[in-house]
Amino acid sequence: MRVALFITCVNDTLFPGTGKAVVSLLRRLGCEVDFPAAQTCCGQMHVNTGYREEGVRLARHFTEVFAGYDAVVAPSGSCAAMVREQYPKLVKPGSRGAAAVAAVAPKVHELTEFLLDVLKVEDVGAYFPHRVTYHPTCHSLRGLRLGDRPARLLRNVRGLDLVPLPGAEECCGFGGTFAVKNPAVSSAMGADKVRGVLDTGAEVLCAADNSCLMHIGGMLGRQRTGVRVMHLAEILASTEEVKAS
Amino acid sequence: MSATFLGMPGNFPKNSARAVQDSQLRYNLRKATHTIRGKRASVVGELPDWQELRAAGKAIKDETLRHLDRYLVQLEETVTAAGGHVHWARDAAEANRIVAGLVKATGEREVVKVKSMATQEIGLNEALAAEGITAYETDLAELIVQLGDDFPSHILVPAIHRNRAEIREIFLDRMDDAPPGLTDEPAALAEAARVHLRERFLRSKVAVSGANFMVAETGTLVVLESEGNGRMCLTLPETLISVVGIEKVLPTWRDLEVFLQLLPRSSTGERMNPYTSTWTGSAEGQDFHLVLLDNGRTDVLADEVGRQALRCIRCSACLNVCPVYERAGGHAYGSVYPGPIGAILTPQLRGMGSELDASLPYASSLCGACYDVCPVAIDIPEVLVDLRAKAPHGAAERAGMRVAGWVLNDQARLAAAQRAAGRLRRLVPRRLPGPLSAWTDTRDLPGIPEESFRDWWEREG
Repeated sequence: MRVALFITCVNDTLFPGTGKAVVSLLRRLGCEVDFPAAQTCCGQMHVNTGYREEGVRLARHFTEVFAGYDAVVAPSGSCAAMVREQYPKLVKPGSRGAAAVAAVAPKVHELTEFLLDVLKVEDVGAYFPHRVTYHPTCHSLRGLRLGDRPARLLRNVRGLDLVPLPGAEECCGFGGTFAVKNPAVSSAMGADKVRGVLDTGAEVLCAADNSCLMHIGGMLGRQRTGVRVMHLAEILASTEEVKAS
Repeated sequence: MSATFLGMPGNFPKNSARAVQDSQLRYNLRKATHTIRGKRASVVGELPDWQELRAAGKAIKDETLRHLDRYLVQLEETVTAAGGHVHWARDAAEANRIVAGLVKATGEREVVKVKSMATQEIGLNEALAAEGITAYETDLAELIVQLGDDFPSHILVPAIHRNRAEIREIFLDRMDDAPPGLTDEPAALAEAARVHLRERFLRSKVAVSGANFMVAETGTLVVLESEGNGRMCLTLPETLISVVGIEKVLPTWRDLEVFLQLLPRSSTGERMNPYTSTWTGSAEGQDFHLVLLDNGRTDVLADEVGRQALRCIRCSACLNVCPVYERAGGHAYGSVYPGPIGAILTPQLRGMGSELDASLPYASSLCGACYDVCPVAIDIPEVLVDLRAKAPHGAAERAGMRVAGWVLNDQARLAAAQRAAGRLRRLVPRRLPGPLSAWTDTRDLPGIPEESFRDWWEREG
């Protein structure tokens, strides 16, 4: 199966390891991975901060780049939700680019959706002998309704001890530009999330979004807790032969 | 909106930063919101048809709003036919003038009040005071707020920011008939308030209320409350004046079937509401006046995205589930409508002319918990994002966003920016200057990689 990887601008720029993990995981599962080099950003930051014009431009660019692919995979619940849920409202029916949005948006899958719903694999053959907790990011949970997909994949990882995160469904306080526009409340929310993570005794906190992990991980790091944050893809890509970095 | 909140200084980030430091407030809010949140989840969970009820609530409200002109005229006819008097108020000033005039016409100088968001929105108590009329709040929490010269901080539980020790202090200090040995036991506090209020109920000749619903078909008004104070106010006084937002009308009596299930379960987490009062026109000789309030609502109705906020039945489920409200508290929103619903209602009703009101659409991480619990399915995140597009933006932010948009709209520019960042990666300080310190005050920065994903792919993908 030939799939297009939508890396997302945050992963592309700051977390290339997540992209490499997705490539290695999908290849291991028999997919041919294509990376359309013209891709940039889904436009979520602009739209959600109130810059709709720039957002619409980026949305049109996205749909041009990914037109024609049967499946587009993104290692981000938030960006996948942006394309699938927000694009059809952003580029109004009848306006320029609306037909392209209608064609492309349904083909965009978040990584765990693609693994379980399209490839229909629950055991990806991963090995990760660590105590791990999972934070369901808001756009994965309430946007895409990923449900137990990530947990099903994690439970099949050999050696992995999955521990539930208290208050898992509560927002971590990232919220894109919310984190810098309302830093006090964002940090207070983050502090409670950090407390939940520490209560689990996990070595690793994972999620389907590096942006939220950047915020929680930034606090875990500042407090020198020693807890690592990792994108789910990096755990799923890890095997006995090729361990996660 | 409320005179008490008009011209409130500051903005949401500053107000909430202060609230976050108040550990007693944080504790009170967390305890209260999590308790109600849990109760709501359990009673909503026991209804297998909750999503159908929710869809019905949304559909009835949308149908009503689409034909609001017709239903309001019908309501005026049915209320009038039942002996009531209907007044139309374009804005807060007109509504206040009408109510003050009606009270003066009775010759009375005091009124008892049923808890009402609409009268708080228009600052009725203050307007009446300016005319020499004293308004007494009779809802326990509103009484606490009024006695404490305070602002409400929650729609359902306005004194949520107060604990019982503080309430005892307020009663002893401000309630003339408070027993000297008053303890902070909830039952003792409630009893003191009951004794204090009973005398007012029996003495007052005029009452002012709002309403949860108005039925166009029958001309009936409906008030839901938990303490029985509302029933006293609605039945005992000779004159009853109800100030109600125009969006509160429902087409038929039967529509109540849906809302009398949705509201208590979403609001107090009860299966059935304790005191539900309904009245039609001037029952049993009582003189009844209905003041229909616009105060910005028709402007909201004209907005294709924002109009869904008019479906709101003021249940507070969105406040109780909101992680931002829980930490910021209600006062940070500078409006009688705090929390997620306030963040979309206040800027629409008041506009975004003040720094505070312009900051409200950003008072959310867009986590979506509010939309999930809303009994009439108001897509609050959608309205927030829409309002952000209409909000005034600072020059520096605008310039930054334009540059970011220019870089992100082209692969070559993005790759060049990534390579520049990669080269400068070791020069990034641990603490960033200026507005970016908002990130690094509490969080480490992620390390910038030497090579972006796209460059890696180019090289060996």
